[in-house]
Amino acid sequence: MEKINVKDKDLVVPGEIIAESMDYIPAAGTYRDGNSIIASQVGIVSIEGRLVKLIPLSGRYVPRSGDTVIGKVTSVGFNNWFVDIGYANEAVLPLKEATSEYIDKGADLSRYYDFGDYIACQVIRVTRSMAIDLSMRGPGLRKLNGGKIIYITPSKVPRVIGKQGSMINLIKDKTGCKISVGQNGWVWIQADDPKSEMIATKAVEEINKKAQNSGLTEHITSLLSKETGK
Amino acid sequence: MTYEKRSDGRKFDELRPMEAKVGVIPRADGSAMFKTGKTIAYAAVYGPRQLHPSHMRNPETGILRCNYNMMSFSGSGERVRPGPSRRSKEIGLVMEKALLPVLDLSGFPNSVVDVFVELLQTDAGTRCAGITAASLALADAGFMMKDLVAAVSVGKVGDKLVTDVNKEEEDFEEGATDVPIAMLPRTGQITLLQLDGKVSKDELKTLLENAKKATKEIYEVQKQALKEKYGAK
Amino acid sequence: MVNGSKKYIKALLQKGLREDGRKLDEYRNVEIEYGVSAKSAEGSARVKIGGTEVVAGVKMEVGEPFPDKPDQGTIVVNAELLPLSSPDFESGPPGVDSIELSRVVDRGIRESKTIDFKKLCIKSGEKVWLLFIDIYPINNEGNLFDAAALAAFAALKDAKFPVYDEKTEKVKYDEKTEKHVPLENLPMACTVLKIDDKFIIDPLIAEEKAADARVTTVSIEDGSICAMQKGGEKPLNSEELVKMVELSLSKAAEFRKAFK
Repeated sequence: MEKINVKDKDLVVPGEIIAESMDYIPAAGTYRDGNSIIASQVGIVSIEGRLVKLIPLSGRYVPRSGDTVIGKVTSVGFNNWFVDIGYANEAVLPLKEATSEYIDKGADLSRYYDFGDYIACQVIRVTRSMAIDLSMRGPGLRKLNGGKIIYITPSKVPRVIGKQGSMINLIKDKTGCKISVGQNGWVWIQADDPKSEMIATKAVEEINKKAQNSGLTEHITSLLSKETGK
Repeated sequence: MTYEKRSDGRKFDELRPMEAKVGVIPRADGSAMFKTGKTIAYAAVYGPRQLHPSHMRNPETGILRCNYNMMSFSGSGERVRPGPSRRSKEIGLVMEKALLPVLDLSGFPNSVVDVFVELLQTDAGTRCAGITAASLALADAGFMMKDLVAAVSVGKVGDKLVTDVNKEEEDFEEGATDVPIAMLPRTGQITLLQLDGKVSKDELKTLLENAKKATKEIYEVQKQALKEKYGAK
Repeated sequence: MVNGSKKYIKALLQKGLREDGRKLDEYRNVEIEYGVSAKSAEGSARVKIGGTEVVAGVKMEVGEPFPDKPDQGTIVVNAELLPLSSPDFESGPPGVDSIELSRVVDRGIRESKTIDFKKLCIKSGEKVWLLFIDIYPINNEGNLFDAAALAAFAALKDAKFPVYDEKTEKVKYDEKTEKHVPLENLPMACTVLKIDDKFIIDPLIAEEKAADARVTTVSIEDGSICAMQKGGEKPLNSEELVKMVELSLSKAAEFRKAFK
């Protein structure tokens, strides 16, 4: 018997039978057991053609090569830096990836990035045992000065950014803040005026809470208007 | 000795009233509270995170570490001295074995997923309540899980087979058999089974069937709790 | 993860602002719930200060008095920083932070003379009531000192004596009397943090991590100070300390009104 038990955009939990059909292909967050496709995470069902996958609603960040993330420097070595990017072990920023300038051997590396600095960087390598290498060489990668960091669920990052950056630009425009969003769910917000930072924070945290609701753009637009009076 | 009526008036195959809530400990990566009758269990999940001491690290997979504790004032009768006991260490171990089969931690080598279960009030069925809460907390934390895990104590009180043994039944003078079971609700696969008492092989088979039915009911409560937290607001 | 690095918290404070928008001397919302473990504990309570949640329970035992205080019972306070409640707490026997918390709460209750220990006497020289107060954080979002002290006191307020059978010399835990533990003086703990030259009440975790010093003051209804504890790594001069105590006393008075 072929049937689909849930609709697109329904919320499912582990063990729920999404479909009893050989016509569909289980993708991320689902698996096949005999005739059934089963949910293996708490998530929102997304059916694209014959592909059934889940959009997870929680979960810690797992580093993937290519991700742009925000991290915090935790220690400065002789030829590398250790960086916390919100994963179980720290990532490494090797000397040759630190900047496009030439750095002398024996130079004091803390002149470049010091303990406690926040950086927008890229994950360039993840080994099987989860050793993580970062790079600062690339467009937009830089030390983040001042501002604050807030933490959201990594799977909600696409909603915070929006289609072609529409959501993040909306917040930037209305609050005048500089904002940088890492794939690891770390978000950097900076403005000269702390009130603007708080409004931007509120908007991002609201998206984090209500990411799967429809009408999110309208909701955030009206929240920003209310808070900024614009 | 016949057991005519259950001490709390339930039918023999009836579960105690349950309550479940997810996300009750915001500092944790995942958390849940599960209440069955008067037994109240909290569970919090932290991880994957760094594992110390380093000699415990496994380069092929993350490990699951379960810790079970009863608050000193949670037991009926005297105060429970704080600190781990042999019983609580054993429960930590069987909880780990009950939860591991649904998880795949191979993507987190060298790290640990810590599960902490605390009992606020106890009235039998504590390890089962702990496992049920822990499985919710793991789902809340976003882990990939083949299924949730639901656990219940079935057993024999006097001459009757019962579901969800309460404290009075556990202490039944003429003898009671307590069988805590954890199952994957969809398939009925057993991930925890302990027994102490005396039953026949056929009675055991019936108890397993009863547990299957009960864990499916518990799963509905677990599902509802997750949907309440994550449903569209 | 908690928002706010040290640098950020300090910069905000210099502008008179806090991460969650509160004033420097403003408490988060406080909730108290009684009888949360009513089946097993003689008294129990849950306190929420903002997102910080702590539960406490009272168990009563009958034992011998100390030889130098033959007609007095006593309290034993045990607070455990459960790893359940924070990624910063580790499993294992109580560390020095748990012990500090236990002892500060103990001193607050003991020195405020909120319980007349003589009223815990059953038979002088032979049998007295021992009140065990166990405190457990469930979720730590800062200010455990105040939450723990309040939870302990609320659990005491909720507590009723069980029946003590003089013949068998056993406590019948399943039979409770209607007799409450008589409490006076209503001790209130209020913690003040110093960050640079600013003083704040009811700190968040990020603020605790950025603090230079911390002073917890326990006071009673007439404004007397009955217990204090300074923590943190930087020293304080007398003026600063007095300012912090004054702030603590005025907040405690506000609080007491709400608690009643």
